[in-house]
Amino acid sequence: MTTLNSNIPSGPLSQKWESYKFNTKLINPANKRKYKIIVVGAGLAGASASATLAELGYEVHNFVFHDSPRRAHSVAAQGGINAAKNYQNDGDSVRRLFYDTIKGGDFRAREANVHRLAEVSVNIIDQCAAQGVPFAREYGGLLDNRSFGGAQVSRTFYARGQTGQQLLLGAYSALNKMIGQGAVKSYTHSEMLDLVVVDGHAKGIIVRNLQTGDITKHNADAVVLATGGYGNVYNLSTYARGSNVTASWRAYKRGACFGNPCYTQIHPTCIPVSGDYQSKLTLMSESLRNDGRVWTPKKKEDCKKNPADIPEADRDYYLERMYSAFGNLAPRDIASRAAKTVCDEGRGIGETGLGVYLDFSDAIKRLGENKVRERYGNLFAMYHEITNEDAYKTPMRIYPAVHYTMGGLWVDYNLMSNVPGLFVLGEANFSDHGANRLGASALMQGLSDGYFVLPATISGYLATQKPDKRPNIDNPAFKQAEENVQTLTKKLLGNKGKRTPASFHKELGKLMWDYCGMARNKAGLEKGIKLISELREEYWKNVNVLGEAGEWNQQLENAGRVADFIELGELMCRDALHREESCGGHFREEYQYTPDDPETKQGLVNPGDVKRRDDAFAYVAGWEYAGAPDKAPVLNKEPLIYEEVHMSTRSYK
Amino acid sequence: MKITLKVWRQKNANSPGWFKTYQSPALNENMSFLEMLDVVNEELANRGEEPIAFDHDCREGICGTCSCVINGKPHGPHKGIATCQTYMRSFRDGDTIVVEPFRAKAFPIIKDLVVDRKAFDRIQHAGGFISVRTGSAPDANAIPVPKENADLAMDAAQCIGCGACVAACKNASAMLFVAAKVSHLGLLPQGQPERYKRVKAMVTQMDEEGFGACTVTGSCEAVCPKEISLDFIARMNRDYGVSLLKGEPKKIAGGGAA
Ligand SMILES: Cc1cc2nc3c(=O)[nH]c(=O)nc-3n(C[C@H](O)[C@H](O)[C@H](O)COP(=O)(O)OP(=O)(O)OC[C@H]3O[C@@H](n4cnc5c(N)ncnc54)[C@H](O)[C@@H]3O)c2cc1C
Ligand code: SF4
Ligand code: FES
Repeated sequence: MTTLNSNIPSGPLSQKWESYKFNTKLINPANKRKYKIIVVGAGLAGASASATLAELGYEVHNFVFHDSPRRAHSVAAQGGINAAKNYQNDGDSVRRLFYDTIKGGDFRAREANVHRLAEVSVNIIDQCAAQGVPFAREYGGLLDNRSFGGAQVSRTFYARGQTGQQLLLGAYSALNKMIGQGAVKSYTHSEMLDLVVVDGHAKGIIVRNLQTGDITKHNADAVVLATGGYGNVYNLSTYARGSNVTASWRAYKRGACFGNPCYTQIHPTCIPVSGDYQSKLTLMSESLRNDGRVWTPKKKEDCKKNPADIPEADRDYYLERMYSAFGNLAPRDIASRAAKTVCDEGRGIGETGLGVYLDFSDAIKRLGENKVRERYGNLFAMYHEITNEDAYKTPMRIYPAVHYTMGGLWVDYNLMSNVPGLFVLGEANFSDHGANRLGASALMQGLSDGYFVLPATISGYLATQKPDKRPNIDNPAFKQAEENVQTLTKKLLGNKGKRTPASFHKELGKLMWDYCGMARNKAGLEKGIKLISELREEYWKNVNVLGEAGEWNQQLENAGRVADFIELGELMCRDALHREESCGGHFREEYQYTPDDPETKQGLVNPGDVKRRDDAFAYVAGWEYAGAPDKAPVLNKEPLIYEEVHMSTRSYK
Repeated sequence: MKITLKVWRQKNANSPGWFKTYQSPALNENMSFLEMLDVVNEELANRGEEPIAFDHDCREGICGTCSCVINGKPHGPHKGIATCQTYMRSFRDGDTIVVEPFRAKAFPIIKDLVVDRKAFDRIQHAGGFISVRTGSAPDANAIPVPKENADLAMDAAQCIGCGACVAACKNASAMLFVAAKVSHLGLLPQGQPERYKRVKAMVTQMDEEGFGACTVTGSCEAVCPKEISLDFIARMNRDYGVSLLKGEPKKIAGGGAA
């Protein structure tokens, strides 16, 4: 058992961060350069952290498996980034962004972290604009905003449909400056395959050079993981193909607790699956729901008709009908479940019946095609490339797909895991989005963690460490971890089974989607656990990896990642099984509102909406590895204590 | 549909390479080009043959990882589209498709279709930034930017760093890429203080990396998946000229490629 101490500072919520910064230990400028920090990842979180830590004077070593930091998966984010600037004068404030985010997460996030995030949001926009991020502007030259789900104000900043790309290029440019100065050493095509823990503290990593296959040991005073989310456990998702859980998983196996692994986000607007060969699903940004209206036919028999032939009266704009206050901008978990419900009723459209329409005809009438093109042109073009359909003329077909993971390594208020010296940032940690993330909040969190939070919190830990006592790479813990990696590689290459790693990944993805997807129940999760553990056993008997260790070998890379995904899948099912409530993206069929519940009668929720059980489950589940994949992991709990907000019924009606 | 693939196979930078021919299994025209390679690779692997190495990640045209010259054209047949956004419906049943890596001295081959494009990063290290320390920025609306400038900067900033422009150019010049970077920052008020230093430092590094000279044939613009305009090259040339007149140093103080 591990005690998960959140280390939330005392004092009123709105003053915690300020007083924390004042009270935290600092390191004097001359001493900073003696400390060496490893940062793994250069997405928004890792690149911003690396650049900022180097600016402060620390010696930073940055590792990415990509060929360049600029290619991190953050580059794909489309829609935008939230900030409580209130430039639109529409009533926004730090308090409102905080509350929307806490409520959006179905009251399963940590209050103090979320408040800090909302406070810092305003600095992020300033920082990015100063770096030259070409945010969208109004004719007067000031910054433009759009709306995103789960909010009734316009607080989302954007750069066409390529916000993630532009923010990442900004962070990458800050990183480049420090690399150019020699303050950051950048290791590309370098995959972290183990965490080195010395006397209970994270003191280094083991890395495989993907070009040469060389395995190297790296020591540091602290290790920062900013390695992204694990949605590819479902195989099909909106993530880049290379996104994986390996860094987090290997840290988990070294003692870091995994927080709320079952909290995954299924995004409502993605292009539906078209065939068995499919390798990824493409997101159609949530920003489209600003102007697009979601509907399905009211009658099953209309589903195969040309949408143009279905009269207005026979269309069910179900989000507007069910959630009138937010309509098409209902939060993602709610919009996804509603799409599933109408499809389960047999009212889905398209060849597979797993799809709904996202219709722009009203917007085109209202604004003209040019304005719509200006706002979403690249998304419409992307849709056209993939489907060969013209969304200016006929509605888009969309369906929910795996998109984001709210779960991740457990961290305290300092963003430090329960392994001292191991910090976790961005999507890789669990901390700020509870059971559902609102749109445009991941970019905000990644940059908040990297530019502003970690650089302020890491000194508290470093001040307790003596850089001249830093364990060197001859320490037995480094040797042991290196051997661990070598053994795994040998095992994979020596196995000589009959199946490719990709075929296992596909099978795992299907199991996860069927038993731990948009709707979960006890029997299904139990079955999922059994089937996944069997898949794990088969993997080690039957996987076949070609090629050699000492060369560029994509199958070998993938084989290690798939092995970790299989183990993670089992943990996710266990977490989903133990959480006998529904909250946010975690929908347990046994726990939903019925027509007879008082909240339904009061008109707060619809029958079928998720039903939380605050009496029993208002906690973060931090799972601890028990030493072997087939041993049941240990459940540690961090109670969620709300000092200011009342955990109320989450209503969007 | 079925196709014949002629693919470049090369174990590493130091080994010779050659074309190898494969018959595809049955394909669906709604597959992406990379999904076709996935399917071919699974078949190869199941036969015990090493899969074809190719670069990819986002598979939606934004990360710049995918590469490949398809039938002689970097990123394949369509204008303004990356390899990963190319679909099999662009080809016909029975076609022979020739797939090669991007070829340029500054992009050494790693394996098969994968090349090393880190030279691009080193150009960026030399000057591809605005120097602003975290926490030192003024309020974002304190610096208004005319919408036209912001939009034009965004046109340049869209470059995904794929390197197709280099692969298409007979001189393997990196001018379109560098021009996109230089113009993005140079068009914004925030980028003015370092404008001429930046262009000098980046062009110097570009030359050191072994990219060729630009003779403005426009083959780069024609294959660029983001349709970055040649106009940016003219803009960069003007800025570079000014930097020479101003006698800017070859490296930014404290900067310079590592
Ligand atoms: C299609 C899409 C659109 C999105 N749109 C939005 C949006 O509009 N707004 C929003 O707020 N959010 C959006 N998101 C979510 C958001 O983009 C991500 O959550 C966020 O960018 C994650 O950033 P990160 O820095 O945590 O990780 P990433 O950007 O995923 O970076 C991970 C880094 O870690 C490295 N890495 C990983 N493992 C290893 C290892 N073992 N060894 C070495 N290096 C490693 C990688 O090389 C990479 O550099 C979107 C997500 C998707 C999929
Ligand atoms: S200019 Fe175009 S072709 Fe060249 S790297 Fe940028 S996106 Fe690729
Ligand atoms: S794979 Fe990302 S641009 Fe093609």
